[in-house]
Amino acid sequence: MADTADTITGIECPVYLQYHFTAGRAPARFLTRIKEGVLSGQRCPRCSNVYIPPRGSCPACGVPTEEEVELPDKGTVQSFTVVAIPIPNNPIKPPFVVANLVLDGANISFIHLLSECENSEVRIGQRVQAVWKPREEWGYAMDNIRYFRPIDEPDVPVAQIGKLPVTGREG
Amino acid sequence: MSAADILSQDFELGFTYTRSTGPIVGRFLTGLRDRQIFGIRASDGRVIVPPMEYDPDTAEALSEFVQVAEQGAIVSWCWVAQPRAAHPLDEPFAWAMIRLDGADVPMIHCVAAPAEASLATGARVQAVWAPETRGFISDISHFELAGGGN
Ligand SMILES: [Zn+2]
Repeated sequence: MADTADTITGIECPVYLQYHFTAGRAPARFLTRIKEGVLSGQRCPRCSNVYIPPRGSCPACGVPTEEEVELPDKGTVQSFTVVAIPIPNNPIKPPFVVANLVLDGANISFIHLLSECENSEVRIGQRVQAVWKPREEWGYAMDNIRYFRPIDEPDVPVAQIGKLPVTGREG
Repeated sequence: MSAADILSQDFELGFTYTRSTGPIVGRFLTGLRDRQIFGIRASDGRVIVPPMEYDPDTAEALSEFVQVAEQGAIVSWCWVAQPRAAHPLDEPFAWAMIRLDGADVPMIHCVAAPAEASLATGARVQAVWAPETRGFISDISHFELAGGGN
């Protein structure tokens, strides 16, 4: 029991949101392919943008995206942050790098971890490649990729980030 | 494109907020921990509970705490026939606006009652304290119907 002389100055008021998430057709297809170790996006029939993970429609054009596009596991850092504060229930110890990455051939970024790098040397335009878990651990999950790591390729100029072909930097 | 498996999964998104109470709400919560209920006097003389930090009319900072009773009357209420997991009581209960004796505005809390029919506007209620208090609104476990006239 607290000392009655103590005045309350703070309270814990957590909010827990319980979801039951059902993946739609496009995200389910994406997850089915990533279970096989394949990164697959979808191309918009109107503006040709390639989205990964796909949502089944183009947010710019409002039309369904049905053409499936296999993408490599190489990409470019579009932006990043160095996380310095521990996140409750997150086993990763700070400081670590979370980055918006654009795969070669994609036109939209997703968020993943960056590792095997000096945090102070991470930069926009840096080339990276996925480090996968062992095949027997693959499931319907983006964390089949443990993290991305820098690779020895020249940086991508800012204006070209998100515009590389599937064949990548050299393509 | 081949038909994909139907994939679904439960997950919980948690925001583990802590919040600074400030001196006014802090005093209210400290009172609850000590099994007392405090309101605050506004510029027009009304006692507002839970206490407000600033006057609703003049926006001046308020500071005159007034202890109110742990009994009061139901001003309005809503019966919850099927309580959900997040609700404070497992059995059917009422959310009620309760004007505590000594207060001029009602505050919301829950009322345990045997049935919807036993509730009425003006019904007298009495706070039931939690077995252990810690400085939180749930230190008042709930209100229950009390004897006495309307
Ligand atoms: Zn489009």
